[in-house]
Amino acid sequence: MLEISGLTKSFSGFVAVADVSFTVDTRQIAAVIGPNGAGKSTLFNLITGHLRPDSGRVLLDARDITGVAPHETCRMGLGRSFQRTNIFPLLTVFENLQSAFLVHYGRGRNFWSRSESFYRDEVEALLVSIGLREQALLLGGTLSYGNQKQLELGLALAIDPQVLLLDEPTAGMSASETHETIRLLQRIADERGLTLLFTEHDMAVVFGIAQKIAVLHQGHLIADGTPEEVRNDPEVRRVYLGHGLSQ
Amino acid sequence: MSEQAESAVGMPSRAGWQVPWTLIVFLVALSLPWIGSRYDTFLGTQIAIYSLFALSLNLLLGTTGLVSFGHAAYFGIGSYACGILMKIVAVPFWLAFPAAGLIAALFAAGFGFFCVRLTKIYFAMLTLAFSQIVWAICFKWNDLTGGDQGLPDVPFPDLGWMAALPGFDRMRIAEQFYVLALVLVALSVAALRRLTGSPFGRVLTTIRENPERAAFIGVNVRLYELAAFTIAGGFAGLSGALFGIFNRGVFADFVFWSKSADVMIMTILGGMHHFWGPAVGALVLTLLNQQITAYTEFWPFVLGTILIVLLFVFPGGILGALDVALSRMSKRRDA
Amino acid sequence: MDASFLFSQFMGGLTAAMFLFLIASGLSLVFGVMRVLNFAHGSFYMIGAYLAWQVVNWLQPMPERFWPAVLAASFGVALLGAIVERLLLRHLYDREELYQLLFTYALVLVLGDAAKFLWGTQQLSVSRPPVLGGGIEIFGTLVPHYNLFIMLFGPLVALSVWLMLTRTTMGRMVRAAALDREMLGALGANVGWLYTGMFALASFLAGLSGALVTPIQSIVPGMDVEIIVQAFIVVVIGGLGSFWGTFLGSVIYGQVLSFGILIFPGFSLFSVFALMAVILILRPWGLLGRPLR
Repeated sequence: MLEISGLTKSFSGFVAVADVSFTVDTRQIAAVIGPNGAGKSTLFNLITGHLRPDSGRVLLDARDITGVAPHETCRMGLGRSFQRTNIFPLLTVFENLQSAFLVHYGRGRNFWSRSESFYRDEVEALLVSIGLREQALLLGGTLSYGNQKQLELGLALAIDPQVLLLDEPTAGMSASETHETIRLLQRIADERGLTLLFTEHDMAVVFGIAQKIAVLHQGHLIADGTPEEVRNDPEVRRVYLGHGLSQ
Repeated sequence: MSEQAESAVGMPSRAGWQVPWTLIVFLVALSLPWIGSRYDTFLGTQIAIYSLFALSLNLLLGTTGLVSFGHAAYFGIGSYACGILMKIVAVPFWLAFPAAGLIAALFAAGFGFFCVRLTKIYFAMLTLAFSQIVWAICFKWNDLTGGDQGLPDVPFPDLGWMAALPGFDRMRIAEQFYVLALVLVALSVAALRRLTGSPFGRVLTTIRENPERAAFIGVNVRLYELAAFTIAGGFAGLSGALFGIFNRGVFADFVFWSKSADVMIMTILGGMHHFWGPAVGALVLTLLNQQITAYTEFWPFVLGTILIVLLFVFPGGILGALDVALSRMSKRRDA
Repeated sequence: MDASFLFSQFMGGLTAAMFLFLIASGLSLVFGVMRVLNFAHGSFYMIGAYLAWQVVNWLQPMPERFWPAVLAASFGVALLGAIVERLLLRHLYDREELYQLLFTYALVLVLGDAAKFLWGTQQLSVSRPPVLGGGIEIFGTLVPHYNLFIMLFGPLVALSVWLMLTRTTMGRMVRAAALDREMLGALGANVGWLYTGMFALASFLAGLSGALVTPIQSIVPGMDVEIIVQAFIVVVIGGLGSFWGTFLGSVIYGQVLSFGILIFPGFSLFSVFALMAVILILRPWGLLGRPLR
């Protein structure tokens, strides 16, 4: 479903991502891990078109999306949620999601109708699905951190992606919130047949649900395989020594 | 205040039904030639035109989050287009007016194409640069624009037909023009209102709130910004066309950056987060200006002070302050 | 068009460049560190000029009264800048940039009228200091000593400021603040006073420039707007936030001003902004600025 080959990107001499290749199969849950500065965010930005790679290709469902602009990759089925919550603060939760639907269904060209009437049912359904029905009329910026992350997810899902990229979905969460979020993710991925690719620092989460793990270190891919394979990889152990990998 | 609450036509009263404030204001304004003096009508025309000008800017500022320092360019282009068409080419008003809007929109599209590729301060500086280029051309191109002499004696539209309407027969032409201008402004404002409440307008607000996120839900940010810029320019052009006639002449200082600054101050004064804010700002600023320039030449000082007070004490403008006051009152009521 | 004429235009361009540099460097500094584009910078320049004139008048019988006047004007404007920043501007830092811009514009209005109120609308002028009266003949053209002084003084100031920025601790903090203000505060540096100091320094340079220009140009209302527009163009050419970019931009633009008027009679009105537009379209980060993306 998602195939990355030979992606390379450097910034004024600093190599952020170096010749990274891996694939994620349809409906697979994959994770990219690595110490800070390993290049995970850059990799995500390259996949979604936020950055143009110096070389290499990104294939989504066999279509070449290398360097395609973010608003286009969205339409092609790539969704993304951000590490630092990236929502629309002065719009209500309802309006946040409704906007995504409006764009997804191409209503942006409608200059005439009143926007609040569109896609109310779809928004309701999504709100229930991500557990934010109570907060529908609150302004996005006033939500708690956890709720904002849920809204993040909602925005990413509203555009009906085939592949969902999640940048540290449980960052800053307590153990119980993390558990909730992961269960939610699994359920939604199952319901919608999504392919998930996420980055995380919480190894319990990674080894808990990922079926495939790619390990980045200083821009290079040093391991790529099942959780068992990665756990036993000597190179990975060396890099992560002391980072709780042995759990 | 959320957009949904905003799009309500009026403010809910305690009884639960909504008072149609906009309709009331329109009717009162319409009756001005009969209930007020000639001077009132004069001011009324100016306020109506500036309201449209400021509302068009707010499509960029308040709705899309684009800070343009050169909006006066389109006001001026509309003025010159309409003035030249009517005075020199003898085109009737009902053709010249929309043409002026279209021409202004075209320029906005052209300039906007370059501007939207930049962000924030660079965007603002380029809008300023373009508008000053337009000013310099208007100031220098004597053959077309009359240069620094401008284009005096722009004719009134042919309003003879109005005299046939009941109650209109003893009106002076300035008052007849006021009514026409008011109706045209009202129609334009209604269109803008529709636009901001539409899905297109909603997409613009996502760009304002978070352009990066907007891109990631599939919005071609530059394209939408360009569309907003073009539409805003078009409506500014329409207001300029009316102003040229009202002012009995079109002059280069319509395009000068201080005009862009004035309209921006109006928008902020009234409150850029409310649809009607700019209109309120236009009203208040015009009246203040008239009052104060009667007493002192130091209007810039007063304007600057008002602006500073505004920025520090009432950043949401007049309507923003009203919002806060009303919500405090209702909290006390509910307590 | 003979060599001596070209040379005199060239010298004129260099002189203009140095004044522009003194102003534009302050503008660029404030923008680079505090991300504020200060419209009122030209007003500080103008106040510097008026203050210099005022002090020159007060010290009437002194022969070399120009120099204390320049010092007084520069420090006076620096003080004004510090007060403005401390009392007003600092409260707007966490707001949107639009509010900061509008505030500086409001300052332009207020300061402009204040100057008009205090000094009227008549043109004022200051005579050249006697020690720098007269001129020297180079390549068949008479170059006033005063202009030569400016042409040497400008780079001297540039070097001093640059040394301060790169060699001193405060300078390093300033550059760090430009990159990450919060981090710097977390490290214990008093970012607040740093900003005030920066703004005061920039204002000092503006006031200095205004004071020094008085023997060459007459002081009129409107000189604030005229100079700020030119300062904008200089920083756009050189790159917003780049110190040497501003220097380079000033030199280039000084010559453009000098020779442009010969080629295009209506030059200053149209071409100035056309130049700005072209650069913003093709290379918005100027010659030495950091690319935007």
